[in-house]
Amino acid sequence: MKVYLIKRLLQIIPTMLGITFITFVIIQLAPGNPAMLKIQMGKGQAELGEKTASELIIKQTKELYGLDKPLPVQYLLWLKRIFTLNFGFSYKDHRNVWDKIAERLPITIQLNLISIFLVYIIALPFGVYSSTHVGSFADKILTVGFFFLYSLPSFWVAMLLIMLFGGGDFWDIFPVFGISSIGSESMGPLAWLLDRLWHLVLPIVCLTYGGLAYLSRLTRASMLEVIREDYVRTARAKGLSERVVIFKHAFRNALLPLITLFAFLLPSMFGGSVIIESIFSVPGMGQLGFEAVLSRDYPVIMAITTISAFLTLAGLLISDVLYAALDPRIKLE
Amino acid sequence: MTDRAETFDLQLDANYPETAVEVPNTYWGMVSHHFRKKKLAVFGLWVTLFLFFVAIFADLIANDKPILFYHHGTISFPVFSGADKAGPFVWKDLRKSDPFLLQRVTGKEEAIAVWPIVKYSPTEYNLLEYLSPPGVRHWFGTDDSGRDVLSRMIYGARVSLSVGFIAVGIAMIIGVLLGALAGYFGGWSDIVISRAIEIMLTIPTFFLIIAIIAFLPPSIYNIMVVIGLTGWTGFARFVRAEFLKLKQLDFITALHALGASHRRIIFLHMLPNAMAPVLVSAVFGIAGAILTESSLSFLGFGVPPPTPSWGDILSQSRDYIEFAWWLTIFPGFAIFMSITAYNLVGEGLRDAMDPKLFR
Repeated sequence: MKVYLIKRLLQIIPTMLGITFITFVIIQLAPGNPAMLKIQMGKGQAELGEKTASELIIKQTKELYGLDKPLPVQYLLWLKRIFTLNFGFSYKDHRNVWDKIAERLPITIQLNLISIFLVYIIALPFGVYSSTHVGSFADKILTVGFFFLYSLPSFWVAMLLIMLFGGGDFWDIFPVFGISSIGSESMGPLAWLLDRLWHLVLPIVCLTYGGLAYLSRLTRASMLEVIREDYVRTARAKGLSERVVIFKHAFRNALLPLITLFAFLLPSMFGGSVIIESIFSVPGMGQLGFEAVLSRDYPVIMAITTISAFLTLAGLLISDVLYAALDPRIKLE
Repeated sequence: MTDRAETFDLQLDANYPETAVEVPNTYWGMVSHHFRKKKLAVFGLWVTLFLFFVAIFADLIANDKPILFYHHGTISFPVFSGADKAGPFVWKDLRKSDPFLLQRVTGKEEAIAVWPIVKYSPTEYNLLEYLSPPGVRHWFGTDDSGRDVLSRMIYGARVSLSVGFIAVGIAMIIGVLLGALAGYFGGWSDIVISRAIEIMLTIPTFFLIIAIIAFLPPSIYNIMVVIGLTGWTGFARFVRAEFLKLKQLDFITALHALGASHRRIIFLHMLPNAMAPVLVSAVFGIAGAILTESSLSFLGFGVPPPTPSWGDILSQSRDYIEFAWWLTIFPGFAIFMSITAYNLVGEGLRDAMDPKLFR
């Protein structure tokens, strides 16, 4: 197992390099260079006539961001800075980019982890039930229902939820803004926790239902495939109880493709986070990324892209290790 | 017909000869036969055709000018010529009497006008009527500039579908080519391309799209290209898998032995056999592209105004969400229906082409 882990970690390195390369390429897409933009933003249109002073400032900014060096050197500098977690300073408010991200990262991770957890907890039982009662009324309803659930656009669902539950013409049960009420610092720990959860209900619903629908259908399909296998027939012929057959034999084998799904759930959740966090004003990394794109804050954009890509790689690694641990057929060299 | 016997099999149960059914036995014949048996899939297909129809004929379905105008013996087509009036007749005045399709003007000057069903153009605004709920005149209500929502949605279909098809087209070309190269040649090209696929999969796609689009001038073509450039990985994986399977088959070895060039083998022999999962993936890809385009428009990164887009109408509704339910429900439902329809067709196609379901 240790050797397998080390091998996998080594395999990640070229992928990481590729990611940093792509983000670097995107930076170069930026129209005009950031130095020019800074000058223009700072001085406004009227003073663009003063050439010499701005030229000096441009030169200084270029040196600051290393834009005056040839491209390959820039790339190596970029690489070095990533490893030291120095993503530079935000164009918007000149704070350290890493600080801005670090204070928002926990929230996004919380949101996504809870979501993924809920997705698996709810989808697996439904999928198994559906597969064991194929063709029944319940199965048909679940299948069709999950299908439609899967096709619902998340931002529409968010808005419908706000309309229905957030204080419009109907009920006003859940808050739709932020993650804590005003004055939440003065509450006791339990009250604070409940208040936080109350705020998180709608965003988590929006993040969860899509993955839930997809995983449930995948579980059903996977279980159906496995149930047809001969070893299940053998297990039944041996006289094992149906419960043991389903859970001990069929389910464990059906689980394998579902674990690989875990790795792909993370990037899609992160993308969904951007929209959901903006709609519900949740101060997470998605919202930071969205605002950064709006204000063309390149350092933050690049940092978020790189970090979320690395997080996804971590997810891939975890799912690979889980897969290897669960499937005894895989030889770990 | 004489050729029917060559393309059909007879499905016969000897115990019940009266239930014999003719089943097509060409590949695509079988696929379409099984596709048509699933009612939901056929329904999805009808919806996609309806959307296609709406997108193509949008000018004739929703416009503030008549389609056809007959006056003094001359026929003109104001929709295409773009005139605001013809002779003494101004379309805006003619429209005030709220005609339905056919309008006959009598009196000093006679004329006949054929109106589109929705008599509003997507860009004409009328601040007197802003944010009015669905009613007799504006069937889906108006937005905050007084623009008719139904008309904007009809033209929005054009945007969604064109982005969907072209983006997927781009992704398909890139993905199929790369997948074919990786699968056929193996070795270094396979390693490099597989790594590239892995890298593209790790970076969160939606955020990448937003980041790239933020750096580019807003335009519908940029959106199409960016969605296409980020969506090719699915196609590449499928084609590569199919090619790896096909490479082992005897007829490929025979082609090599006969001295066929690589290009000939790949494009003439292997690709046509690998297209089945590509087609399914393409249909799902269109659904995904429509969703992405709507999300981008919703966030403000979509097609530039004044071109209407479903996501754009939906984003407007955010400001008026307490009472302007028509701005939320209708465009959102349109997005939902389009995505569902393409998903249904994709699923139906996949099940129809699945060799494991014994036929």
